[in-house]
Amino acid sequence: MASLIALTPCAGLLPLTIGAITVTEVVPQALTSVAPFKGHKKAVSEALKAKVGAGLPALNRRSGAVTWFGHGVWMVAGAVSVEGAAVTDQSDAWAVVEIKGAGVEDVLARLVPVDLRASVFKKGHVAKTMLAHLSVTVVRTGADSFEITTMRSMSKTLLHDLEVAMRGVAARG
Amino acid sequence: MRIDCPNCGERDRREFYYQGDAVVLNRPSEDAGAQAWDDYLHNRANPAGETRDLWFHEGGCRAWLVVERNTMTHAVHAATLAEKVKR
Repeated sequence: MASLIALTPCAGLLPLTIGAITVTEVVPQALTSVAPFKGHKKAVSEALKAKVGAGLPALNRRSGAVTWFGHGVWMVAGAVSVEGAAVTDQSDAWAVVEIKGAGVEDVLARLVPVDLRASVFKKGHVAKTMLAHLSVTVVRTGADSFEITTMRSMSKTLLHDLEVAMRGVAARG
Repeated sequence: MRIDCPNCGERDRREFYYQGDAVVLNRPSEDAGAQAWDDYLHNRANPAGETRDLWFHEGGCRAWLVVERNTMTHAVHAATLAEKVKR
């Protein structure tokens, strides 16, 4: 069998630290989108709960390995197969990064038109929105950390936008 | 201008893509006749005031919405998921 050289979406670009903020790449073993067919949402949720330990969370939320990913779609971190849903392997389609550090909200406030402050955007909250000109999924993973997912082809653009904002925030001291 | 997406909450207009009059949801039956199909495909009113348009939440949850707004005042009255609109 051929030995293929796999490159992650942000290979050679991360980690990146400017001031107090660090961006690192998150490499999920697999990503699977699950879109339940009409009338099958409950059964799919229960099947997922048995397989990955978390059912379908509410809109704009993450529960364990399952993240709301848009209208009628959830993204599961892991390889799963369930009945009653359109299930698609999207493992190599997305670039996932974690941005972490004191004042991380100030960096994202320059780019994302949604209020991500801890008082309104808590751990496990999900925002499908834009970061500069990119469509992204933003998830709060901790008190000073967020996970950002964008299309793999846009990883360099995402990191450029983040870097410029991080430099701007760091320069203000 | 801000649109209150039923999935995501109130979002900036730049997250949305404008499609046009929501009349496209009312597809005539196959045997409705040439006049009905001509209207459906080509003829649109251009009202100053209340309109009912289809918008796509492209930079968000990717749902199609029917947005009711007023082109005179720029007020946005309501946004409904297109799949929930009675046809």
